Amino acid sequence: MAQTPLRGADATRVKIENFTFTPTALTVKVGTVVTFENDDDIPHIVVASDGSFRSKALDTGDGYTFTFTKSGDFPYFCALHPHMQGTITVIP
Amino acid sequence: MTHHRGSNGEPVDRRHALECMIWAGTGVLWTVSGGVPVSLGLLGEAKAAEAPSAGFTFLQISDSHIGFDKAANPHAVDTLKEAIGKVQALPEKPSFLIHTGDITHLSTASQFDTAAQIIGGAGFDVHYVPGEHDIIDENNGRAYLERYGAGARGAGWYSFDQNGVHFVGLVNVVNLKAGGLGNLGADQLAWLADDLKAVSASTPVVVFAHIPLWAIYPEWGWGTDDAAQALALLKRFGSVTVLNGHIHQIMQKVEGNVTFHTALSTAFPQPAPGTAPSPGPMTVPPGQLRNLLGITNVAVERGREELAIIDSTLAGS
Repeated sequence: MAQTPLRGADATRVKIENFTFTPTALTVKVGTVVTFENDDDIPHIVVASDGSFRSKALDTGDGYTFTFTKSGDFPYFCALHPHMQGTITVIP
Repeated sequence: MTHHRGSNGEPVDRRHALECMIWAGTGVLWTVSGGVPVSLGLLGEAKAAEAPSAGFTFLQISDSHIGFDKAANPHAVDTLKEAIGKVQALPEKPSFLIHTGDITHLSTASQFDTAAQIIGGAGFDVHYVPGEHDIIDENNGRAYLERYGAGARGAGWYSFDQNGVHFVGLVNVVNLKAGGLGNLGADQLAWLADDLKAVSASTPVVVFAHIPLWAIYPEWGWGTDDAAQALALLKRFGSVTVLNGHIHQIMQKVEGNVTFHTALSTAFPQPAPGTAPSPGPMTVPPGQLRNLLGITNVAVERGREELAIIDSTLAGS
């Protein structure tokens, strides 16, 4: 299912629900603070594929924030359930 | 209840194994979907294992998730206590327990302590492997290894021998790759190859690990990327039994010399593959929970290559 990337003005929040990052693809401007929030009854860990960020284990209701200071594509996944994947695209 | 043996004790081929599972309907009703036997549901109370005349039994518990308190089961501590109570009430005491991971929900010291008090309080030797929920302390698994890593290699893998059976505990929950499944890794596979060198092909082998070593449902991560390499190392053995947890339901497959089996959780059920939006905890109507939680008793009978695997639920007698 193709997803239209959301703009930074629309959302700086990635919801984790049903073992899915929503939105799966998110575009933000440099300097944006993105919050990943876990709404599942199972913990998740958000980790960048290039290792540039990694959350602690997020229990139900826990959030993790990261400030994206460089432009580029930042694919990430859940370290516990690695079939869960998403991408943050950071533009100048 | 499932047996892998004909009524007269003769080894059974794959077709007969499947028939046998249907026949053994006192505990679990099986059907075959895509070549994989799938549990349809429980038919009343599971029978206790018949005591073998020679040999020994061991018991598998899994996915106790101490610390879990959500709607699917707010009382995971109590259901673990009930499971251990069933173990203590078995007519033939198992020689030891194996725990196939997710001992805790969040790897905290207090959750590990509670689990150790309940499980250890039963007085059995317990052999653990970690689940992904056991390695999420701030030091990425040190808490587990400090408690259970003595004598283990790497992230916690090891082997031991009991009554002529070779047991191998594997770890497939660390260093997971984006888009991937469970992972054993090159170091562990090299260790396994070396470990099995000294074991004769006629020795029954039991392999246990948290995430299934067969591809049950990759869309939910229910499989292990490099399991085929481990299974290739096990090909020359006459009897291989693979015991896993992680999916909180009974699944079984017989393929050649290898019997794969997954155990119930003692904490909460998870949906059958693809029947829900996600593999998250499944909340069932009140009164049904204990039909979906339980333990697995494994009997090793002398002179028989295959092991008898008997699942029983907390609701069963």
